[in-house]
Amino acid sequence: MDIAATLGRLRPMLGVGLLLLVWWVATALEVADPVLLPPPQKAFRALYDGLIGGPLLADFAQTIYRTVLSFLIASAIAIPLGVALGAADKLYRSVEFVIDFFRSTPASAVFPLFLVLFGVGDKTKIAVAAFGAVLVILFNVAYGVMNARKTRVLAAKVMGANRLQILKDVYFWESLPQTFIGMRNGISLCLVIIVVAEMFIGSTDGIGHRLIEAQMLFEMPTMYAAIFAAGALGYGMNWIFLTIEKTFVHWGGK
Amino acid sequence: MIGRTRAAMRLVTGGAAAAVPAPQPTGEAEKSYRWFPPGTHITVRGLSKQFQGSPLYQDFDLDLPRGKVVSVFGPNGCGKSTIINMIAGLIPVDKGDILFDGKTIDETRIGYVFQNYREALFPWLRAIDNIHYPLKLMGLGRRERQEKVEKLLSRFQVKIDFNRYPYELSGGQQQTVSILRSLVMEPEVLFLDEPFSALDYEMTLFMRDQMQKAFMETNTTMVIVSHDLEEAVYLADYVLLLTRRPTQIADFVEVPLPRPRSAETLSDPKFIEIKSHCLDIFRREARL
Repeated sequence: MDIAATLGRLRPMLGVGLLLLVWWVATALEVADPVLLPPPQKAFRALYDGLIGGPLLADFAQTIYRTVLSFLIASAIAIPLGVALGAADKLYRSVEFVIDFFRSTPASAVFPLFLVLFGVGDKTKIAVAAFGAVLVILFNVAYGVMNARKTRVLAAKVMGANRLQILKDVYFWESLPQTFIGMRNGISLCLVIIVVAEMFIGSTDGIGHRLIEAQMLFEMPTMYAAIFAAGALGYGMNWIFLTIEKTFVHWGGK
Repeated sequence: MIGRTRAAMRLVTGGAAAAVPAPQPTGEAEKSYRWFPPGTHITVRGLSKQFQGSPLYQDFDLDLPRGKVVSVFGPNGCGKSTIINMIAGLIPVDKGDILFDGKTIDETRIGYVFQNYREALFPWLRAIDNIHYPLKLMGLGRRERQEKVEKLLSRFQVKIDFNRYPYELSGGQQQTVSILRSLVMEPEVLFLDEPFSALDYEMTLFMRDQMQKAFMETNTTMVIVSHDLEEAVYLADYVLLLTRRPTQIADFVEVPLPRPRSAETLSDPKFIEIKSHCLDIFRREARL
Protein backbone atom coordinates (compact mmCIF):
# COMPACT_ATOMS: atom_id res chain seq x y z
CA MET A 1 0.00 0.00 0.00
CA ASP A 2 2.65 2.50 1.13
CA ILE A 3 5.02 1.30 -1.50
CA ALA A 4 2.40 1.80 -4.18
CA ALA A 5 1.74 5.35 -2.96
CA THR A 6 5.42 6.22 -2.90
CA LEU A 7 5.87 4.72 -6.32
CA GLY A 8 2.92 6.76 -7.58
CA ARG A 9 4.52 9.95 -6.36
CA LEU A 10 7.85 9.05 -7.91
CA ARG A 11 6.37 8.04 -11.25
CA PRO A 12 6.82 11.44 -12.94
CA MET A 13 10.52 11.26 -12.06
CA LEU A 14 11.00 7.91 -13.81
CA GLY A 15 11.41 9.52 -17.21
CA VAL A 16 14.06 11.86 -15.85
CA GLY A 17 15.93 8.95 -14.28
CA LEU A 18 15.68 6.97 -17.50
CA LEU A 19 17.05 9.84 -19.58
CA LEU A 20 19.98 10.36 -17.22
CA LEU A 21 20.68 6.62 -17.20
CA VAL A 22 20.73 6.40 -21.00
CA TRP A 23 22.92 9.49 -21.16
CA TRP A 24 25.32 8.11 -18.57
CA VAL A 25 25.51 4.67 -20.20
CA ALA A 26 26.11 6.30 -23.59
CA THR A 27 29.01 8.31 -22.25
CA ALA A 28 30.39 5.35 -20.28
CA LEU A 29 30.37 3.23 -23.43
CA GLU A 30 31.77 6.18 -25.39
CA VAL A 31 29.04 5.90 -28.00
CA ALA A 32 29.65 9.50 -28.97
CA ASP A 33 32.77 11.64 -28.89
CA PRO A 34 33.24 12.52 -25.19
CA VAL A 35 33.96 16.11 -26.18
CA LEU A 36 30.56 16.42 -27.84
CA LEU A 37 28.65 14.44 -25.25
CA PRO A 38 30.13 14.89 -21.80
CA PRO A 39 28.80 12.72 -18.97
CA PRO A 40 25.74 14.14 -17.15
CA GLN A 41 27.59 14.89 -13.93
CA LYS A 42 29.94 17.22 -15.83
CA ALA A 43 27.04 19.10 -17.39
CA PHE A 44 25.31 19.48 -14.03
CA ARG A 45 28.57 20.54 -12.44
CA ALA A 46 28.81 23.29 -15.07
CA LEU A 47 25.21 24.27 -14.39
CA TYR A 48 25.89 24.45 -10.65
CA ASP A 49 29.13 26.39 -11.06
CA GLY A 50 27.56 28.71 -13.58
CA LEU A 51 24.61 29.52 -11.35
CA ILE A 52 26.52 29.75 -8.06
CA GLY A 53 28.93 32.63 -8.53
CA GLY A 54 29.38 31.94 -12.25
CA PRO A 55 28.28 34.03 -15.23
CA LEU A 56 25.26 31.87 -16.03
CA LEU A 57 23.20 33.41 -13.24
CA ALA A 58 23.57 36.91 -14.70
CA ASP A 59 22.71 35.56 -18.15
CA PHE A 60 19.71 33.81 -16.70
CA ALA A 61 18.55 37.05 -15.07
CA GLN A 62 19.04 39.04 -18.28
CA THR A 63 17.02 36.59 -20.31
CA ILE A 64 14.22 36.65 -17.74
CA TYR A 65 14.27 40.42 -17.70
CA ARG A 66 13.99 40.71 -21.48
CA THR A 67 11.36 38.00 -21.79
CA VAL A 68 9.18 39.40 -19.03
CA LEU A 69 9.52 42.98 -20.25
CA SER A 70 8.60 42.10 -23.83
CA PHE A 71 5.72 40.00 -22.56
CA LEU A 72 4.42 42.83 -20.36
CA ILE A 73 4.56 45.28 -23.24
CA ALA A 74 2.76 42.79 -25.47
CA SER A 75 0.04 42.15 -22.89
CA ALA A 76 -0.50 45.83 -22.20
CA ILE A 77 -1.14 46.41 -25.89
CA ALA A 78 -2.88 43.20 -26.85
CA ILE A 79 -5.39 42.69 -24.04
CA PRO A 80 -7.29 46.00 -24.23
CA LEU A 81 -7.05 45.99 -28.02
CA GLY A 82 -8.23 42.39 -28.21
CA VAL A 83 -11.24 43.09 -25.99
CA ALA A 84 -12.17 46.11 -28.07
CA LEU A 85 -11.70 44.33 -31.40
CA GLY A 86 -13.51 41.22 -30.26
CA ALA A 87 -16.50 43.23 -29.09
CA ALA A 88 -16.73 44.96 -32.47
CA ASP A 89 -16.61 41.84 -34.56
CA LYS A 90 -17.16 43.63 -37.86
CA LEU A 91 -14.00 45.60 -37.15
CA TYR A 92 -12.18 42.43 -36.21
CA ARG A 93 -13.24 40.73 -39.43
CA SER A 94 -11.71 43.57 -41.39
CA VAL A 95 -8.31 43.33 -39.68
CA GLU A 96 -8.36 39.58 -39.15
CA PHE A 97 -6.36 38.82 -42.25
CA VAL A 98 -3.58 41.23 -41.28
CA ILE A 99 -3.39 39.79 -37.77
CA ASP A 100 -3.46 36.24 -39.05
CA PHE A 101 -0.84 36.96 -41.68
CA PHE A 102 1.67 38.46 -39.31
CA ARG A 103 0.86 35.91 -36.65
CA SER A 104 1.88 33.27 -39.16
CA THR A 105 5.02 35.13 -40.19
CA PRO A 106 8.08 33.74 -38.37
CA ALA A 107 9.11 36.48 -35.97
CA SER A 108 12.73 35.90 -36.96
CA ALA A 109 11.85 37.19 -40.44
CA VAL A 110 11.28 40.66 -39.05
CA PHE A 111 14.63 40.83 -37.23
CA PRO A 112 16.35 42.76 -40.03
CA LEU A 113 13.50 45.25 -40.21
CA PHE A 114 13.50 45.82 -36.47
CA LEU A 115 17.32 46.15 -36.53
CA VAL A 116 16.94 49.02 -38.95
CA LEU A 117 14.21 50.56 -36.85
CA PHE A 118 15.66 50.13 -33.37
CA GLY A 119 19.39 49.58 -33.93
CA VAL A 120 21.57 46.92 -32.39
CA GLY A 121 20.68 46.44 -28.75
CA ASP A 122 18.13 45.39 -26.21
CA LYS A 123 15.39 47.47 -27.81
CA THR A 124 15.33 45.37 -30.96
CA LYS A 125 15.17 42.05 -29.12
CA ILE A 126 12.38 43.22 -26.86
CA ALA A 127 10.49 44.83 -29.73
CA VAL A 128 10.57 41.71 -31.92
CA ALA A 129 9.51 39.46 -29.05
CA ALA A 130 6.72 41.85 -28.10
CA PHE A 131 5.61 42.07 -31.73
CA GLY A 132 5.28 38.31 -32.00
CA ALA A 133 3.52 37.99 -28.66
CA VAL A 134 1.09 40.86 -29.31
CA LEU A 135 -0.39 39.05 -32.26
CA VAL A 136 -0.73 35.72 -30.45
CA ILE A 137 -2.34 37.31 -27.39
CA LEU A 138 -4.54 39.64 -29.44
CA PHE A 139 -5.86 36.76 -31.50
CA ASN A 140 -6.76 34.72 -28.44
CA VAL A 141 -8.33 37.59 -26.51
CA ALA A 142 -10.43 38.64 -29.50
CA TYR A 143 -11.69 35.10 -29.97
CA GLY A 144 -12.40 34.78 -26.26
CA VAL A 145 -14.53 37.92 -26.46
CA MET A 146 -16.30 36.85 -29.63
CA ASN A 147 -17.21 33.54 -28.04
CA ALA A 148 -18.60 35.23 -24.92
CA ARG A 149 -21.90 33.80 -23.73
CA LYS A 150 -24.56 35.91 -25.33
CA THR A 151 -26.87 35.49 -22.38
CA ARG A 152 -24.39 37.18 -20.05
CA VAL A 153 -24.04 40.13 -22.35
CA LEU A 154 -27.83 40.42 -22.59
CA ALA A 155 -28.12 40.11 -18.82
CA ALA A 156 -25.74 43.03 -18.34
CA LYS A 157 -27.54 45.04 -21.00
CA VAL A 158 -30.92 44.45 -19.41
CA MET A 159 -29.51 45.56 -16.05
CA GLY A 160 -28.61 48.84 -17.68
CA ALA A 161 -24.92 48.43 -18.49
CA ASN A 162 -23.57 50.70 -21.22
CA ARG A 163 -21.10 49.57 -23.89
CA LEU A 164 -18.02 50.36 -21.87
CA GLN A 165 -19.39 48.65 -18.78
CA ILE A 166 -20.25 45.57 -20.81
CA LEU A 167 -16.69 45.56 -22.15
CA LYS A 168 -15.03 45.68 -18.78
CA ASP A 169 -17.58 43.80 -16.67
CA VAL A 170 -18.53 41.02 -19.08
CA TYR A 171 -16.38 40.69 -22.19
CA PHE A 172 -13.12 41.08 -20.30
CA TRP A 173 -13.97 38.34 -17.81
CA GLU A 174 -15.61 36.12 -20.38
CA SER A 175 -12.45 36.19 -22.46
CA LEU A 176 -10.13 35.62 -19.50
CA PRO A 177 -9.75 31.83 -19.87
CA GLN A 178 -8.84 32.28 -23.54
CA THR A 179 -6.69 35.28 -22.65
CA PHE A 180 -4.63 33.11 -20.34
CA ILE A 181 -4.08 30.59 -23.12
CA GLY A 182 -2.89 33.46 -25.29
CA MET A 183 -0.61 34.79 -22.57
CA ARG A 184 0.92 31.38 -21.98
CA ASN A 185 1.63 30.98 -25.69
CA GLY A 186 2.81 34.57 -25.79
CA ILE A 187 5.39 34.23 -23.05
CA SER A 188 6.77 31.00 -24.57
CA LEU A 189 7.11 32.82 -27.86
CA CYS A 190 8.84 35.74 -26.13
CA LEU A 191 11.36 33.35 -24.61
CA VAL A 192 12.05 31.67 -27.95
CA ILE A 193 12.57 34.97 -29.73
CA ILE A 194 14.69 36.48 -26.95
CA VAL A 195 17.01 33.46 -26.81
CA VAL A 196 17.47 33.47 -30.59
CA ALA A 197 18.01 37.22 -30.59
CA GLU A 198 20.61 36.90 -27.86
CA MET A 199 22.52 34.48 -30.06
CA PHE A 200 22.70 36.56 -33.16
CA ILE A 201 22.00 40.20 -32.45
CA GLY A 202 25.10 41.73 -30.90
CA SER A 203 24.66 40.53 -27.34
CA THR A 204 27.06 40.44 -24.46
CA ASP A 205 24.82 38.51 -22.09
CA GLY A 206 21.75 36.29 -21.85
CA ILE A 207 21.27 32.55 -22.12
CA GLY A 208 21.33 32.69 -25.92
CA HIS A 209 24.65 34.50 -25.86
CA ARG A 210 26.04 31.98 -23.35
CA LEU A 211 24.96 29.11 -25.60
CA ILE A 212 26.56 30.44 -28.74
CA GLU A 213 29.74 31.38 -26.91
CA ALA A 214 30.03 27.94 -25.34
CA GLN A 215 29.57 26.41 -28.75
CA MET A 216 32.30 28.56 -30.30
CA LEU A 217 34.70 27.82 -27.45
CA PHE A 218 33.68 24.16 -27.56
CA GLU A 219 32.78 24.22 -23.86
CA MET A 220 30.23 21.49 -24.18
CA PRO A 221 29.31 21.11 -20.47
CA THR A 222 28.57 24.86 -20.31
CA MET A 223 26.42 24.56 -23.40
CA TYR A 224 24.39 21.73 -21.92
CA ALA A 225 24.09 23.73 -18.74
CA ALA A 226 22.71 26.69 -20.68
CA ILE A 227 20.25 24.43 -22.49
CA PHE A 228 18.99 23.14 -19.17
CA ALA A 229 18.73 26.67 -17.84
CA ALA A 230 16.66 27.71 -20.84
CA GLY A 231 14.49 24.62 -20.47
CA ALA A 232 13.95 25.26 -16.79
CA LEU A 233 13.01 28.84 -17.57
CA GLY A 234 10.41 27.84 -20.14
CA TYR A 235 8.97 25.16 -17.93
CA GLY A 236 8.92 27.44 -14.90
CA MET A 237 7.13 30.24 -16.70
CA ASN A 238 4.48 27.87 -17.96
CA TRP A 239 4.03 26.45 -14.48
CA ILE A 240 3.68 29.88 -12.93
CA PHE A 241 1.04 30.76 -15.50
CA LEU A 242 -0.92 27.59 -14.94
CA THR A 243 -0.89 28.26 -11.20
CA ILE A 244 -2.07 31.84 -11.61
CA GLU A 245 -4.69 30.67 -14.06
CA LYS A 246 -6.06 28.08 -11.64
CA THR A 247 -6.58 30.62 -8.88
CA PHE A 248 -7.56 33.54 -11.08
CA VAL A 249 -9.85 31.86 -13.58
CA HIS A 250 -11.38 29.62 -10.94
CA TRP A 251 -14.65 29.37 -12.86
CA GLY A 252 -13.01 28.06 -16.03
CA GLY A 253 -14.79 25.04 -17.46
CA LYS A 254 -17.59 25.21 -14.86
CA MET B 1 -48.37 64.59 -16.87
CA ILE B 2 -45.85 64.82 -19.64
CA GLY B 3 -45.59 61.03 -19.74
CA ARG B 4 -49.29 60.69 -20.51
CA THR B 5 -49.21 63.24 -23.27
CA ARG B 6 -46.29 61.51 -24.82
CA ALA B 7 -48.03 58.18 -24.52
CA ALA B 8 -51.03 59.51 -26.36
CA MET B 9 -48.85 60.94 -29.07
CA ARG B 10 -47.01 57.73 -29.47
CA LEU B 11 -50.13 55.64 -29.70
CA VAL B 12 -51.24 56.76 -33.11
CA THR B 13 -51.46 53.41 -34.78
CA GLY B 14 -54.46 52.03 -36.58
CA GLY B 15 -55.50 48.42 -36.99
CA ALA B 16 -58.37 46.43 -35.58
CA ALA B 17 -56.65 43.75 -33.57
CA ALA B 18 -58.33 42.86 -30.32
CA ALA B 19 -56.57 44.55 -27.46
CA VAL B 20 -57.13 42.90 -24.15
CA PRO B 21 -59.26 43.00 -22.14
CA ALA B 22 -61.81 43.56 -24.93
CA PRO B 23 -61.62 47.13 -26.19
CA GLN B 24 -64.27 48.91 -28.20
CA PRO B 25 -63.87 48.05 -31.87
CA THR B 26 -62.86 51.30 -33.51
CA GLY B 27 -64.15 50.40 -36.95
CA GLU B 28 -62.94 52.78 -39.67
CA ALA B 29 -60.20 54.24 -37.55
CA GLU B 30 -57.92 56.50 -39.46
CA LYS B 31 -55.14 57.54 -37.08
CA SER B 32 -57.38 57.21 -34.08
CA TYR B 33 -55.86 57.28 -30.62
CA ARG B 34 -56.40 53.86 -29.25
CA TRP B 35 -56.52 54.18 -25.46
CA PHE B 36 -55.69 51.44 -23.11
CA PRO B 37 -57.92 50.34 -20.22
CA PRO B 38 -57.24 51.81 -16.79
CA GLY B 39 -54.64 49.92 -14.79
CA THR B 40 -52.64 49.05 -17.89
CA HIS B 41 -48.89 49.03 -17.50
CA ILE B 42 -47.53 47.81 -20.79
CA THR B 43 -49.07 48.71 -24.12
CA VAL B 44 -48.05 47.13 -27.40
CA ARG B 45 -49.41 48.65 -30.59
CA GLY B 46 -49.02 47.60 -34.18
CA LEU B 47 -46.11 45.29 -33.47
CA SER B 48 -44.69 43.46 -36.46
CA LYS B 49 -41.83 41.03 -36.54
CA GLN B 50 -40.58 38.85 -39.35
CA PHE B 51 -38.78 35.66 -38.61
CA GLN B 52 -36.76 34.08 -41.40
CA GLY B 53 -38.89 35.77 -44.02
CA SER B 54 -42.28 34.78 -42.64
CA PRO B 55 -44.33 37.02 -40.37
CA LEU B 56 -44.26 36.00 -36.72
CA TYR B 57 -46.20 38.98 -35.43
CA GLN B 58 -48.29 41.21 -37.64
CA ASP B 59 -49.93 44.35 -36.36
CA PHE B 60 -50.09 42.86 -32.89
CA ASP B 61 -51.69 44.77 -30.01
CA LEU B 62 -51.50 43.91 -26.34
CA ASP B 63 -52.24 45.52 -22.98
CA LEU B 64 -50.77 44.11 -19.82
CA PRO B 65 -52.13 45.16 -16.43
CA ARG B 66 -50.09 46.77 -13.68
CA GLY B 67 -49.09 44.84 -10.59
CA LYS B 68 -50.27 41.51 -11.94
CA VAL B 69 -48.57 38.32 -12.99
CA VAL B 70 -49.26 37.44 -16.61
CA SER B 71 -48.12 34.13 -17.96
CA VAL B 72 -47.64 33.61 -21.65
CA PHE B 73 -48.63 30.25 -23.06
CA GLY B 74 -49.05 28.97 -26.58
CA PRO B 75 -48.11 26.36 -29.20
CA ASN B 76 -44.47 25.71 -30.04
CA GLY B 77 -42.91 28.29 -32.28
CA CYS B 78 -45.62 30.89 -31.74
CA GLY B 79 -43.04 33.26 -30.31
CA LYS B 80 -43.70 33.18 -26.57
CA SER B 81 -40.14 34.10 -25.74
CA THR B 82 -39.90 36.41 -28.72
CA ILE B 83 -42.76 38.59 -27.52
CA ILE B 84 -41.31 39.09 -24.04
CA ASN B 85 -37.85 39.62 -25.49
CA MET B 86 -39.20 42.30 -27.78
CA ILE B 87 -41.07 43.96 -24.92
CA ALA B 88 -37.95 43.74 -22.76
CA GLY B 89 -35.90 45.29 -25.54
CA LEU B 90 -33.60 42.30 -26.00
CA ILE B 91 -34.49 41.88 -29.65
CA PRO B 92 -35.52 44.66 -32.02
CA VAL B 93 -39.01 44.94 -33.46
CA ASP B 94 -39.59 45.51 -37.16
CA LYS B 95 -42.42 47.92 -36.53
CA GLY B 96 -44.66 49.08 -33.72
CA ASP B 97 -44.62 50.77 -30.34
CA ILE B 98 -44.07 49.29 -26.94
CA LEU B 99 -44.61 51.57 -23.99
CA PHE B 100 -44.48 51.22 -20.25
CA ASP B 101 -46.83 53.75 -18.77
CA GLY B 102 -46.07 55.87 -21.80
CA LYS B 103 -42.32 55.50 -21.35
CA THR B 104 -39.98 53.71 -23.70
CA ILE B 105 -37.91 50.74 -22.62
CA ASP B 106 -34.86 52.98 -22.16
CA GLU B 107 -36.78 55.06 -19.66
CA THR B 108 -37.98 52.01 -17.76
CA ARG B 109 -36.23 49.87 -15.18
CA ILE B 110 -36.79 46.23 -15.93
CA GLY B 111 -35.60 42.93 -14.55
CA TYR B 112 -35.14 39.79 -16.60
CA VAL B 113 -34.67 36.22 -15.43
CA PHE B 114 -33.21 33.93 -18.06
CA GLN B 115 -34.00 30.28 -18.52
CA ASN B 116 -30.33 29.41 -18.51
CA TYR B 117 -29.16 30.67 -15.11
CA ARG B 118 -25.78 29.06 -15.64
CA GLU B 119 -25.09 31.44 -18.50
CA ALA B 120 -26.84 34.43 -17.02
CA LEU B 121 -25.02 34.77 -13.70
CA PHE B 122 -21.45 36.01 -13.63
CA PRO B 123 -19.31 33.08 -12.46
CA TRP B 124 -16.37 35.35 -11.66
CA LEU B 125 -18.41 37.11 -8.99
CA ARG B 126 -19.63 35.62 -5.72
CA ALA B 127 -23.41 35.21 -5.47
CA ILE B 128 -23.64 38.28 -3.27
CA ASP B 129 -21.64 40.38 -5.73
CA ASN B 130 -23.89 39.18 -8.53
CA ILE B 131 -26.81 40.62 -6.60
CA HIS B 132 -24.87 43.83 -5.96
CA TYR B 133 -23.99 44.27 -9.62
CA PRO B 134 -27.15 45.98 -10.95
CA LEU B 135 -27.02 48.42 -8.03
CA LYS B 136 -23.42 49.16 -8.92
CA LEU B 137 -24.52 49.94 -12.46
CA MET B 138 -27.03 52.38 -10.99
CA GLY B 139 -24.10 54.13 -9.37
CA LEU B 140 -25.01 53.44 -5.75
CA GLY B 141 -22.32 53.55 -3.10
CA ARG B 142 -21.27 50.50 -1.14
CA ARG B 143 -23.31 51.36 1.99
CA GLU B 144 -26.49 52.01 0.09
CA ARG B 145 -26.06 48.82 -1.90
CA GLN B 146 -25.54 46.77 1.21
CA GLU B 147 -28.66 48.22 2.78
CA LYS B 148 -30.78 47.36 -0.23
CA VAL B 149 -29.38 43.86 -0.57
CA GLU B 150 -29.82 43.12 3.12
CA LYS B 151 -33.40 44.35 3.03
CA LEU B 152 -34.15 42.11 0.07
CA LEU B 153 -32.48 39.06 1.58
CA SER B 154 -34.23 39.49 4.91
CA ARG B 155 -37.56 39.53 3.11
CA PHE B 156 -36.85 36.27 1.36
CA GLN B 157 -35.08 34.35 4.09
CA VAL B 158 -33.47 31.93 1.67
CA LYS B 159 -30.83 29.66 3.07
CA ILE B 160 -28.04 30.12 0.58
CA ASP B 161 -24.40 30.83 1.33
CA PHE B 162 -24.14 34.00 -0.71
CA ASN B 163 -20.39 34.11 -0.35
CA ARG B 164 -20.06 31.18 -2.70
CA TYR B 165 -19.52 31.39 -6.41
CA PRO B 166 -22.53 30.53 -8.60
CA TYR B 167 -21.00 27.27 -9.83
CA GLU B 168 -20.74 26.09 -6.24
CA LEU B 169 -24.52 26.37 -5.80
CA SER B 170 -27.28 24.01 -6.90
CA GLY B 171 -29.42 24.84 -9.94
CA GLY B 172 -32.31 26.08 -7.85
CA GLN B 173 -30.04 28.20 -5.71
CA GLN B 174 -28.46 29.70 -8.79
CA GLN B 175 -31.86 30.60 -10.23
CA THR B 176 -32.85 32.07 -6.85
CA VAL B 177 -29.75 34.27 -6.96
CA SER B 178 -30.71 35.20 -10.50
CA ILE B 179 -34.21 36.21 -9.39
CA LEU B 180 -32.85 38.17 -6.43
CA ARG B 181 -30.45 39.94 -8.77
CA SER B 182 -33.34 41.02 -10.94
CA LEU B 183 -35.45 42.13 -7.98
CA VAL B 184 -32.81 44.08 -6.09
CA MET B 185 -33.08 47.16 -8.26
CA GLU B 186 -36.83 47.20 -7.73
CA PRO B 187 -37.79 46.86 -11.38
CA GLU B 188 -41.03 48.28 -12.69
CA VAL B 189 -41.53 45.10 -14.69
CA LEU B 190 -39.99 41.68 -14.23
CA PHE B 191 -39.71 39.32 -17.19
CA LEU B 192 -39.11 35.61 -16.70
CA ASP B 193 -38.37 33.33 -19.63
CA GLU B 194 -39.18 29.75 -18.63
CA PRO B 195 -37.31 30.33 -15.40
CA PHE B 196 -37.80 26.85 -13.94
CA SER B 197 -37.59 24.63 -16.98
CA ALA B 198 -34.00 23.62 -16.28
CA LEU B 199 -34.78 22.53 -12.73
CA ASP B 200 -36.03 19.21 -11.39
CA TYR B 201 -39.65 18.89 -10.27
CA GLU B 202 -39.02 19.25 -6.55
CA MET B 203 -37.00 22.39 -7.14
CA THR B 204 -39.63 23.73 -9.52
CA LEU B 205 -42.33 23.45 -6.86
CA PHE B 206 -40.11 25.23 -4.36
CA MET B 207 -39.21 27.94 -6.85
CA ARG B 208 -42.85 28.58 -7.76
CA ASP B 209 -43.45 29.46 -4.14
CA GLN B 210 -40.37 31.65 -4.09
CA MET B 211 -41.73 33.43 -7.14
CA GLN B 212 -45.12 33.87 -5.52
CA LYS B 213 -43.45 35.24 -2.41
CA ALA B 214 -41.46 37.65 -4.56
CA PHE B 215 -44.63 38.84 -6.21
CA MET B 216 -46.63 39.20 -3.00
CA GLU B 217 -43.76 41.07 -1.36
CA THR B 218 -43.13 43.51 -4.17
CA ASN B 219 -46.31 43.62 -6.26
CA THR B 220 -44.14 44.05 -9.33
CA THR B 221 -45.73 43.62 -12.75
CA MET B 222 -44.49 40.26 -13.97
CA VAL B 223 -44.56 38.58 -17.35
CA ILE B 224 -43.59 34.95 -17.32
CA VAL B 225 -43.20 32.56 -20.23
CA SER B 226 -44.06 29.01 -19.35
CA HIS B 227 -44.28 25.79 -21.29
CA ASP B 228 -46.20 24.11 -18.49
CA LEU B 229 -49.91 24.96 -18.43
CA GLU B 230 -50.36 24.03 -14.77
CA GLU B 231 -47.53 26.33 -13.84
CA ALA B 232 -48.82 29.09 -16.10
CA VAL B 233 -52.23 29.05 -14.41
CA TYR B 234 -50.86 28.51 -10.91
CA LEU B 235 -48.55 31.51 -11.01
CA ALA B 236 -50.68 33.95 -12.93
CA ASP B 237 -53.41 36.51 -12.44
CA TYR B 238 -53.95 36.35 -16.19
CA VAL B 239 -52.97 33.73 -18.73
CA LEU B 240 -52.17 35.12 -22.14
CA LEU B 241 -52.92 32.40 -24.69
CA LEU B 242 -51.36 32.83 -28.11
CA THR B 243 -52.30 31.37 -31.50
CA ARG B 244 -50.06 29.80 -34.08
CA ARG B 245 -48.12 32.18 -36.25
CA PRO B 246 -48.75 34.79 -37.42
CA THR B 247 -49.42 35.08 -33.75
CA GLN B 248 -52.53 36.68 -32.33
CA ILE B 249 -54.13 36.61 -28.92
CA ALA B 250 -56.26 33.50 -28.57
CA ASP B 251 -57.58 34.44 -25.15
CA PHE B 252 -56.70 36.41 -22.06
CA VAL B 253 -57.95 34.36 -19.15
CA GLU B 254 -58.30 35.78 -15.68
CA VAL B 255 -57.28 33.55 -12.78
CA PRO B 256 -59.15 35.02 -9.81
CA LEU B 257 -57.78 32.58 -7.24
CA PRO B 258 -56.65 34.02 -3.91
CA ARG B 259 -52.99 34.14 -2.90
CA PRO B 260 -50.98 32.62 -1.39
CA ARG B 261 -51.71 29.64 -3.55
CA SER B 262 -50.44 26.27 -2.50
CA ALA B 263 -50.61 22.59 -3.35
CA GLU B 264 -54.33 22.64 -2.47
CA THR B 265 -54.92 25.26 -5.15
CA LEU B 266 -53.98 22.66 -7.74
CA SER B 267 -57.05 20.59 -6.82
CA ASP B 268 -59.40 23.56 -6.39
CA PRO B 269 -62.38 23.12 -8.78
CA LYS B 270 -62.03 26.71 -9.96
CA PHE B 271 -58.36 26.11 -10.78
CA ILE B 272 -59.20 22.94 -12.66
CA GLU B 273 -61.93 24.69 -14.59
CA ILE B 274 -59.63 27.52 -15.69
CA LYS B 275 -56.91 25.11 -16.59
CA SER B 276 -59.19 22.96 -18.74
CA HIS B 277 -60.57 26.07 -20.43
CA CYS B 278 -57.01 27.12 -21.28
CA LEU B 279 -56.23 23.61 -22.44
CA ASP B 280 -59.25 23.63 -24.78
CA ILE B 281 -58.08 26.83 -26.38
CA PHE B 282 -54.54 25.58 -26.58
CA ARG B 283 -55.65 22.37 -28.29
CA ARG B 284 -57.73 24.34 -30.73
CA GLU B 285 -54.79 26.60 -31.53
CA ALA B 286 -52.17 23.88 -31.66
CA ARG B 287 -54.60 21.77 -33.72
CA LEU B 288 -54.03 18.69 -31.66
